[in-house]
Order: sequence, then structure tokens, then C-alpha cells
Amino acid sequence: MSAATPPLHLRSSTGRARRRRLVGRGMELLATLASVLAVALLAIVVASVIKEGAPALSWDFFTKAPAPFGQTNGGIANSIVGTALMTAMATAMALPAGVLIAIYNVEFAPPRVAEMVRLVLNVLAGVPTIVIGIFVYGLLVVGSGQSAAAASVALAILMLPLIARATEEVLALVPASLREAGLALGGTRARTVVRIILPTAVGGIVTSAIVAVARAAGETAPVLFTSSIVANLVSTDVHSALGSIPLSIYVNSESPSVHDQQQAWAAALVLLVFVLVLSIGGRLLSLRTRRQIERMR
Amino acid sequence: MSTVSEPDRVESADAAEQESTAEVVQNQSQANLGELAAKRTPVPVGDREVVLKLDDVTVSYSGSAAIKAVSMDVFRRHVTAFIGPSGCGKTTLLRSLNRMNDLVPGAIVDGTITYHGHDLYDAGVDPVEVRRRIGMVFQRPNPFPKSIFDNVAYGLRLHGMKDRLDERVESALLKTGLWDEVKDRLKSSALALSGGQQQRLCIARALAIEPEVVLMDEPASALDPIATQRIEDLIGELKDDYTIVIVTHNMQQAARVADMTAFFSVDVSAERGGRNGVLVEYAPTADLFIRPADPRTEAYVTGRFG
Ligand SMILES: Nc1ncnc2c1ncn2[C@@H]1O[C@H](COP(=O)(O)OP(=O)(O)OP(=O)(O)O)[C@@H](O)[C@H]1O
Ligand SMILES: [Mg+2]
Repeated sequence: MSAATPPLHLRSSTGRARRRRLVGRGMELLATLASVLAVALLAIVVASVIKEGAPALSWDFFTKAPAPFGQTNGGIANSIVGTALMTAMATAMALPAGVLIAIYNVEFAPPRVAEMVRLVLNVLAGVPTIVIGIFVYGLLVVGSGQSAAAASVALAILMLPLIARATEEVLALVPASLREAGLALGGTRARTVVRIILPTAVGGIVTSAIVAVARAAGETAPVLFTSSIVANLVSTDVHSALGSIPLSIYVNSESPSVHDQQQAWAAALVLLVFVLVLSIGGRLLSLRTRRQIERMR
Repeated sequence: MSTVSEPDRVESADAAEQESTAEVVQNQSQANLGELAAKRTPVPVGDREVVLKLDDVTVSYSGSAAIKAVSMDVFRRHVTAFIGPSGCGKTTLLRSLNRMNDLVPGAIVDGTITYHGHDLYDAGVDPVEVRRRIGMVFQRPNPFPKSIFDNVAYGLRLHGMKDRLDERVESALLKTGLWDEVKDRLKSSALALSGGQQQRLCIARALAIEPEVVLMDEPASALDPIATQRIEDLIGELKDDYTIVIVTHNMQQAARVADMTAFFSVDVSAERGGRNGVLVEYAPTADLFIRPADPRTEAYVTGRFG
């Protein structure tokens, strides 16, 4: 055999091959550099926030309301409570609505209508948050004043398309064979959705909510119009304006006091850690859910 | 049994002297199918009671007929096999028998299918009620991502058959021969079972709600030979209590398990150059394999199908 076959030129010696190899190497290098840059950026952001913020972290920082101007030992407890309350209320509104929209779209809507709803959700997801803020301001704040409740409506509008789209994706991942099995046993569509599709997709739905919470917790514009004129007190009265972490970062960073600026960095650190933990946790959960669903195919 | 098979063997051995080798092989494979089919005890013809009656049934997807003008009767406590080349509409026809085609947008059933004389597609008929009586087992095992127990109990809970739940679950698992294998881990996930066990679980799940008819679409095609054997044995046992319609690509399987066999083919000469599935021949299994009435059936069962 070896005697009959012509010699093979496996080594690339021609100019074209060398050029091709060079271009390939160049692309690879550029792509690698870009990824390194992204990682480096994140690292720099995290490092500088830790460097500036960590020294100001203390027990008081988490448990006390801001100290009057010029004094130290205050905290951002009012903002933490406010953000927690507002995102919780926003989730309570956006999660059921988003999941229902996703169910409608995947399970019941005619394809045309589903396409329309998807388009609307995409547009809504793209609306600048300041527009959402001013919309809710006009709707709920003018006349009755600012409140955490109004802010949570603004945050819910922000979260809704995120939850609906992500949930829709997970529902669509649930194998059609499970739907068929449910229906073939004499179940109605609604029964099949509630008893089989949702339990199968629950991990993905929780993920979508987590990611949306991470997003909402860091938004400034929606709360600026709706819940920004706040007393420096820890309060849980959602009918009045409550502080929020992003807003306290903004306000403290504007202050001439060095102490307040450190408070801003520390608040930024808290927010950053919160968002990172939620994002990474959500990501892991979503990977797990996807893997589980893949196994059913 | 040997009296049936012996003469066939002799015949084909004689024939070998005159005929080409290829035809001998075909004759033998036909004889083997015939042998298999003849080994089964035939169901007395007089006892037949029609459960499903198909009259001029055409199923179309978005206007083009996938299977056309099928008329046939499915008999009570018989195993009826659908065989035929890929794409001839076996699955389509099977799914029209319990209105699973309702779920496919654009699927339309023309003609009439009656179940004990009731038109399945009558305006007032609730497909949910139909599917409760006419169950289905799919090609790929599709257990719910729930426990083994909950899989079998699902349909029971759905239909309010919650009295004696444990007993009913056990009985369904016993029928499918799965009980001994899973009785100690009823609470563990059904997804941890092997493919063959999963498929028997799906059969148990379908049987638990006590349907009269069970439709099976190539229930063993995703399984290894041993698991396939178990499913075939199971079908043989279930025949005493259920009416079974099974789609299979495996003619040996049809010959082994079915009392009646319907051979479908694709009619390419149909108008507008369309490809329609048609029912070519429907007969007791042994007849269909030993003495096919239609040349197309003969070509298919002898492996000369083009
Ligand atoms: N959901 C659908 N939408 C449109 N056409 C379909 C659909 N399902 C099946 N068909 C078409 O109908 C025809 C029959 O398909 P069917 O699946 O019933 O064949 P089959 O005999 O079961 O084939 P196989 O042996 O490969 O399973 C094919 O031409 C197929 O392309
Ligand atoms: Mg098929």
C-alpha cells in the first residue's frame, strides 16, 4: 500500500497555508485578549470597590440608619430594609404575572399571538428604566406622593419582561413528550401545566426570578422618581418613601463629607456582593435545571 | 407447531434447486414470519366484538393527506398490529384513535371513527374522556420526573380513583412485571430506571386508570432485545384484559404478538404527485404473512419492498 500511494504533503509549506495559519492565530489571539479584558474589567471593578468600601464596613453599617451630617457611626440599614421590601413586593407582583404570561405563550397562545406577546415583552425589556420611573411617577406619585409601593410597581414593570422571557425559555425546554404523556392519561391542558410542566420547570422559573431581583435591586432610576425623598430612619411603612441601596450610593457619593463618600463605597460593595451572589447562584441553579431537563429528552 | 413449520422448511429447501439464492432467502424469511404467526393460538373468529370502527378515515396535516381512506375494525381483546414503511401514516392513524392529533395544529380527521358505536369526533365528545378509555404508550419512554409511585398514581389522582391508591399502583406494576424490581424504591425517581423499566412503567401508568384500549407506538423500538422481549411477553399477557393496537417496524414482532395485522403503504401515484399512506391489507396475522392477498404486502413481508 505504501509503495503505491503518492507522497502526502501534510506539512503546509505553501504561502497560502501559512497566511491562513497566521490569520487563524491572529483571530484566536484577539478573541483571547477580549475575554481576558472582560475578566480583568470585572476584577478591577470588584477590587476597587472592595478596597474603597471594605474599611467602612462594620456592624453598625448594616444595623444603623445614617448618622446626621458630620457625625460618624451611621449605617445604611434603612436602605437595606427599603431595597429588600421593594424588591420583595416587586417580585410578588412580577413573578406570578410573568409566569402566567409565559404559560399562556408556550401552552395556549396561537403562534401569531405568542409572537406578538414576545415582541411586546422585548420592547418592554428595552424601555429605559428612567422612562419606567417617570411613567410610574405620573401614574402613582403625582397627587398621592412618593411611596415604596409605587417604587415596587416601577421595579415590577422592569422585572416582568425578564421573568416572562426567561420562564418561557425554560417551559419550552420541557420535552413535548411529557405534555403528551399528561394528556394521553386523560389530563386537561391546565392540569398538565400545573402538575407536570411547572414542577419540571420550577428550577428555571426560580432562576429567572433571582436574576430579575438582582437586576431590580441595583436600579436607581425607578426609585429616584418614586421613593427618593426619605427620612434617615429605618422604616417598613411601604406607603411612604423608603431608602434604597442604589439611592444611598448616589446620595452619599455626592456628599462633600469624606465619611459619606466611604459610606457610598461600602454600600456599593454590599450591592455588588448581593448581585454577584444572586447572579452566580442563579446561573448554577439554571445549569442544574437545564441538565435535569436534558436528561428527560 | 412443528407440523406447521416442517413442510415450509422442506418446500424452501426443494425450491432452492431451481430458484435463485436471493428468492430462497426471501421465501425463508416469509416462512419464518408465517411460522411465528402460526405459533400463536388463533382467536375464534365468531367471538369478535368491534371496539373501534374506522370508516373511510383520512388524516391530513395542513391540507395534505398523510393517510387516506382507511376502513377497518379493531376487535376487542385482540392485538392489532400496524406495519408498513416509514412515513406511511401509522403513527398518524394511531394518534387519531384517541384524539391525540387534536394537539397538532393543522391536523384534521375526515371520515368516521366510532368507539362502541359512538363517533369519537362528534362535536360533544370530550377528548379527555376518550383518552381516559383509550390510553397510549409512546415510542420513547416518557416517565414524569416524579417518583415511581407518583408516575403510576398520576392518572389515578387525575380521575379521582384515589380509593385503594396503593393497591391500584401495585396491581398496575404487577401487571407489567415491574413490581418486584421497584417495590423497595417506589419513592425514588422514575428517571433512575433503565430504559426498558421506564417503558414498562409507562405501560403501568397507562394501565392503572383501567383503559379499555391501549395504543402503543413502537413501544420497544428504543429498547435492547431483552427489554423488547419483556415488552412483547407483556403484550401477550395484557391481551386477556385489554384491546391493544401496536405500531411496529419489526415484522417478527408483529408476527409474534399480533392477532390481526394491517399493512400500510405509501401511494406515490396519488393525484397532484402527493404521497398518501394507504391501508393495503388487513387480515389475521398468519394469513397476512403466509398468504398475503396483495402483491405489495407480499413484497413487503418477503423483504422485496422498494
Ligand atoms: N405533525 C405533523 N405535521 C405535518 N406532517 C406530519 C406530522 N406528523 C407526521 N406528518 C407527515 O405525515 C406522514 C405520515 O407520518 P407518520 O409519522 O404517521 O408515519 P409513520 O408511518 O408513523 O412513520 P414511521 O414509521 O417513520 O414512524 C409523513 O409524511 C409525515 O411527514
Ligand atoms: Mg411512526
